[in-house]
Amino acid sequence: MMSGEKSKALLAWIDERLPVSSFWKEHLAGYYAPKNFNFLYFFGSLALLVLVIQIVTGIFLAMAYKPDANLAFDSVEYIMRDVSWGWLIRYMHSTGASLFFVVVYLHMFRGLFYGSFKKPRELVWLFGMFIFLLLMAEAFMGYLLPWGQMSYWGAQVIISLFGAIPFVGEQLALLIRGDYVVADATLNRFFALHVSAIPLALLGLVVFHLAALHTVGSNNPDGIEIKANKDENGIPRDGIPLHPYYTVKDLFVVSVFLLVFAFIIFYTPEVGGYFLEHPNFEPANPMKTPEHIAPVWYFTPFYSILRAIPDKLGGVVAMGASIAVLFLLPWLDRCPVKSIRYRSGTFKLALGLLVVAFIGLGVLGTKPVTTLTTLLARLFSVVYFLFFIALPFYSRTEKTLPVPERLGPPVIPLSERRGVLWDCIRWLLRCVQNCEAYRRVEGEVSGLCLKVKQICCKSKP
Amino acid sequence: MTDQSVDASKRWFLTKTASIMGAVGTVVAAAPFVASMQPSVRAQAAGAPVDVDISKLEPGQKITVMWRGKPVWVLKRSPEALKSLAQLEDKLRDPDSEESDQPAGTKNETRSLKPEILVTLAVCTHLGCVPIYRQELAPADLGPDWLGGFFCPCHGSKFDLAGRVYKGVPAPKNLEIPPHHYLTDTRLLIGANEGNA
Repeated sequence: MMSGEKSKALLAWIDERLPVSSFWKEHLAGYYAPKNFNFLYFFGSLALLVLVIQIVTGIFLAMAYKPDANLAFDSVEYIMRDVSWGWLIRYMHSTGASLFFVVVYLHMFRGLFYGSFKKPRELVWLFGMFIFLLLMAEAFMGYLLPWGQMSYWGAQVIISLFGAIPFVGEQLALLIRGDYVVADATLNRFFALHVSAIPLALLGLVVFHLAALHTVGSNNPDGIEIKANKDENGIPRDGIPLHPYYTVKDLFVVSVFLLVFAFIIFYTPEVGGYFLEHPNFEPANPMKTPEHIAPVWYFTPFYSILRAIPDKLGGVVAMGASIAVLFLLPWLDRCPVKSIRYRSGTFKLALGLLVVAFIGLGVLGTKPVTTLTTLLARLFSVVYFLFFIALPFYSRTEKTLPVPERLGPPVIPLSERRGVLWDCIRWLLRCVQNCEAYRRVEGEVSGLCLKVKQICCKSKP
Repeated sequence: MTDQSVDASKRWFLTKTASIMGAVGTVVAAAPFVASMQPSVRAQAAGAPVDVDISKLEPGQKITVMWRGKPVWVLKRSPEALKSLAQLEDKLRDPDSEESDQPAGTKNETRSLKPEILVTLAVCTHLGCVPIYRQELAPADLGPDWLGGFFCPCHGSKFDLAGRVYKGVPAPKNLEIPPHHYLTDTRLLIGANEGNA
């Protein structure tokens, strides 16, 4: 009783000096989010989690790492072999980098899928895009630090990209490198930018991203504004408080994510050369380029576009444009309907093709150049850009479905989905369910479940 | 007591001049930081010329030396290889090296001071990778028309044995020829042209 009053008094004392209670109310316990978030809505909070993991592991790595061309490679091996638990911290950081992009790409896809970039969330999208841009810079500079062959030649290629800019390009490349080739000066400044300048800017942008989001409120799988329908207390009828409803839900997905994260760290930290590339286990050699160089997987879609164009400036411009068009998305899409649930078949097809092209470009970017891969990369590049070029033309006059007043289910049940595609899937599922082998497996599994319940549960079924 | 009316034009002038001076000050203050990112005096001084002995170089053989942190090739071409250069004219983007970078004395068909000795930066003019020397004729991966040359593994650019770039590849220019001259018949100085050593 006494202690409760005391803590209340303490909180009151603090609230007069720092807006703790009002912040809690405004952004957590009293922040109403749509009630039908599905699994695609997990990736924002996961991105925040990975950011924290990267910052914490990064601080501890910086305690043993040496940003010097003669010492860097060895200091990374020192962390891996001699620093207590250094291998774990380093693998957390390298795996975290790749998973950051997995999470961010899915987060961006969600935005496209449900139209979360559209009015009134243009600034949320723009801040997000700047975060993505800085994240690419952060990952690129971080990749130079181990000073392996791939670090070195990757940096050489990417910095040379700036050299293709007319007139000022060569000067700019020189300014970035601080030497005539990628050298000690480059490594040293990349370290400075990687550990201080860019993380600070990233944190600032995350604050802006969230502040903008909390001003307009979250979008949802139905793409309707829950603020348009409030009860007599001014609370959205279709909203639930972020805390405890979504904090608990996020806690569950965090545990699933950490399971995957731990599996990769402990069993396959290099992921077959995709998270840590094989040539990077060899110290940087400015005299010899590895036989096959490719960036880490998360850059390969853009790298493929660069390679697809047989012209230096043209390739650089196309690669830049492939990222720049994403910034323009809120103004390219002129359809008033947000969610894919109520949009036309044309948009569904276009988005599907965009995803195929993006993944296709990503896969091709990891492969050496041949006539066939170049041809495919050109085809996918055209499909990628066509999505953005065609969008403003068809989106205004799109044939959309009627948008509901209130929120629907997070995931539409299979039986209620319409269209030829879903008819086919239903038919296939029925075929599988009717076959003998499926029934046998189903019987086995349900028998096993019953046995587990009998052993573990207190109340016997 | 005091005049309450505000002289808006004076205020306008003061705000504008203060803003402009602030902006100028910011740019001036930023200058040393930007300048500090330029190559340091030490990095600039590291570009001294290198002396190379080529007396033991066999036809078809290539050696790599380091100059200003970049690899430089010295390649001795066989008479057949030199003859093959003329057959390629129409497949090359810049056969006469009009758009490319080289010292005046090397702007010729063989792109060299002495016909058989090629001295070139081993840096692809596309994005700075080191190409691979592929002297064999018509290998499976480069096609039946390949007469020997350099292949860049990064983005597939191709160059002939004079460092001239093929058409239809991403590299825009021929390989750059660094300044160099002969001290004696078999001693080469890379990094300075004759007369300005």
